[in-house]
Amino acid sequence: MSTQTEETVDDYKAFNTDEVDTFQPTRKVTLKTFRFNAETDYLPYYKHYEMEVGKDELILDLLNRIKWEHDGSFSYRRSCRHGICGACAIKVNGKATLACKQNALELIDLFGDELVIEPSSKKRAIKDMIIDKADFWAKHAAVKPYVIADVEARPEHETKQSIAEFNNFLDSDLCIQCGACHYSCPALEVNDAFLGPAALNAAYRFTVDTRDQAGDERLGITAEMGSGVWDCVKCFECAEACPKDINPIEKIGKLHNLQFVRGVAESNVATRHAEGFLRGMKKTGYLDEADIVTYSEGYLGMYKHLGTAFKMMKSGKIHWHSGIPFINSIPKIKNLDEVQKLIEIAQTNKL
Amino acid sequence: MSEQLHYALFTGCTAKQSTPELLSSTLAVADKLGIKITILEEASCCGASHLQDFDEFLAHVLNARNICYAEKLGLTMITICNTCQLNSAMTKHALDTDPELKARVNEKLSEVGLEYKGTSEIKHFLYTLIDEYGLDKVKEKVTVPLSHLNIAPFYGCHNIRPSELHEEANGHENPYAPTSLDNLIDALEGNPVNYESKNKCCGFHVELQANHTSEVLAGNALVDAIDNNADIMVTPCPLCHLKMDTYQDSVGKVMGRDVELPVLHMPQMVALALGCSEKEIGLNFHVQKAKQLYTQAS
Repeated sequence: MSTQTEETVDDYKAFNTDEVDTFQPTRKVTLKTFRFNAETDYLPYYKHYEMEVGKDELILDLLNRIKWEHDGSFSYRRSCRHGICGACAIKVNGKATLACKQNALELIDLFGDELVIEPSSKKRAIKDMIIDKADFWAKHAAVKPYVIADVEARPEHETKQSIAEFNNFLDSDLCIQCGACHYSCPALEVNDAFLGPAALNAAYRFTVDTRDQAGDERLGITAEMGSGVWDCVKCFECAEACPKDINPIEKIGKLHNLQFVRGVAESNVATRHAEGFLRGMKKTGYLDEADIVTYSEGYLGMYKHLGTAFKMMKSGKIHWHSGIPFINSIPKIKNLDEVQKLIEIAQTNKL
Repeated sequence: MSEQLHYALFTGCTAKQSTPELLSSTLAVADKLGIKITILEEASCCGASHLQDFDEFLAHVLNARNICYAEKLGLTMITICNTCQLNSAMTKHALDTDPELKARVNEKLSEVGLEYKGTSEIKHFLYTLIDEYGLDKVKEKVTVPLSHLNIAPFYGCHNIRPSELHEEANGHENPYAPTSLDNLIDALEGNPVNYESKNKCCGFHVELQANHTSEVLAGNALVDAIDNNADIMVTPCPLCHLKMDTYQDSVGKVMGRDVELPVLHMPQMVALALGCSEKEIGLNFHVQKAKQLYTQAS
C-alpha cells in the first residue's frame, strides 16, 4: 500500500503545473499587427502587442489572445480549427499561413521575435485580417469546378474509377480554398484577369476526372491568353504558400502538358515558345535565343523586339562571330547526335 | 589546404550566348579561389521550364542525360543559372523518387549508351561558395573591398522555391527571408541593401506572352532597390539579369520614371572584389552602363 501511495504522489508531482512549466520555456514576441476598418479608417495602421508564447501555441492562439487579452475589436475569420475550412489564412512576415495549423515558435525561429501579422491581401482588407474574397470565388467559378457529365436519370451501373485514375487528382482535391496561393501570386497582383493558382488547380482536378466530359472546354478556358495558364510567371510562390502541400504550379504545368497531349493547343506565341525550344536543341543542343523570339512571335511580331535586339547587339549580348548576327553564332555541344536521337525517340507531344 | 574542390560545370545556354561575361567571371573566380572546374561541354539546354510545359518526359530524358555526364566524372554538378538548377534538380528528384520513371528514362538513354544513376549532387555555384568553400576563405582573398557599394541582392525564384526541393542544395535557405547573397556581399565588404523585392519574381519567363506582367514585376524590383539606395543589383540568375539589365528603358516607361541600375551576375561581383581582370568580369556586355564600376573599385 505504502509504495502505491508514493507512486501516486510522484505521479501528482509530475503533473504539478509549476514543475511542468519549467520544461516549457516561453519566448517573448512582439506582434506587429495590421489594423484597418474600411468603414471608419482612412488608412491602415499597425499595432504592437507583446506576449509570452509557449511551445504548443498556434498562430490562431495568438490571434485569440490579441482579441481576448488586448483588444476585443480585433477581427479575423476562424471556424474549424483543424486545417480544413480555410477561413483563417493570413500572412505572417509575408509568408502565407493557415493560422490554425502553424506553430508560432516555428515562425519565431524563422523570422525572429517580431512577427508581422497581416491579412492575405492588404488591398482587399475589410477589417483587420478579414478580406473580401469575391475575386477568388469568381475565378474559381469561372473554371466550372464540378463534374459535368450526361448521366442517365436511372443509371443501372455505378460510375467506376480505378485507384490510379483517382490518384491523378487526389492531391488537387485536397484544396480547402483558403486563398493562400491566390493571394501570394505576383502574376495576379499585376494582372487582374489571371485566373490564379487555386482556380487553375480546380480546373485540373475536374479535367482529369474520368467521370467528367467537359475537359476540353476547361482546357479552352484555361488556355486563354491574358487569363490562363500561359500567364503564370513560374515563381513557385503558390507551391510555397499552400498549407495542404498541393503544389498548384505543378498542376498548372500539367494543364500546359494537357494542351499538347489532347491536341487542343492553338498555335500562338506561348505554345510556339514552349515547343520552339526543340528547334535550337536539334541544331546545336542549346536553346537558340534569337530563333525562339522570331519563331514564337512570328516575323511580323518581331518588330516589337528590334529596339532591344539593337541594344543587345551594341553591348555584345547578340554575337557577331561570323560577321553576321544570328548566323552560326551559337556553339554546338559535344555529342549533339545523342540529343538529336533522344528527341527523335523520346518526344511524346506535338504542336 | 585540404583537398582541392572540383566541380562539373553545367553552363546553361545563356552563358554560352547572350551573357558570355557570366561564364568568364565564373571561371575567373574559380581560378582565383583554386576551385577546379570541368565544363560539361556535352550538356544541352535544361528546357528552361518551357520545354517541360510542352513535353515533360522528353525534358526529363534530356536533363538526365546532362546529369549522366557529371556522374561519369564522379563530380557534383554545379549550375550558374537558377532555372538550370531548378530543372536539373526537378529531374533528379523525379527520377530518384520514382523507379518506374527512372526505368523509362534509362530505356531511352541506353539508346545513346548512357545510364542515369542518381550519384551526382546538383548545386548552384553560389551555394558551393558558401557551404563548401566557405565565406571566411572568400573574405581572405578579397583585394578590392566593395565597401563603396550599396548592393541589392536579387535572389531569383528558382534557387529558393520550392524550398522542399532545394533545401539540401541551398543550405535550407528561408524563401521568405533568404540570407546567402547578403552574407556573400558582407564577405566582400559590400553593403547589402535590405528591400522587400529581394526574393520576388523578375518576370523573365513571361517576357513574350505576358509582356506587361513581366515589365511591372521587373520594374517593381528595380525601383524598390533604387529607392532603398542601391548602387548596383546582383543576382545568381542570368535570366533575372537579362530581364532586369536589358529592358530598363521599356520598364522605365511602364513605371513612369527613370530606371537606371547596373545588374551584375553574382560571379561578376565576386570577381570585382577578387581583383580579376576587366576582360574576365566583362561589364562591357551590359546594356545598362556598368563599366564605371572598374574605376570606382580601383
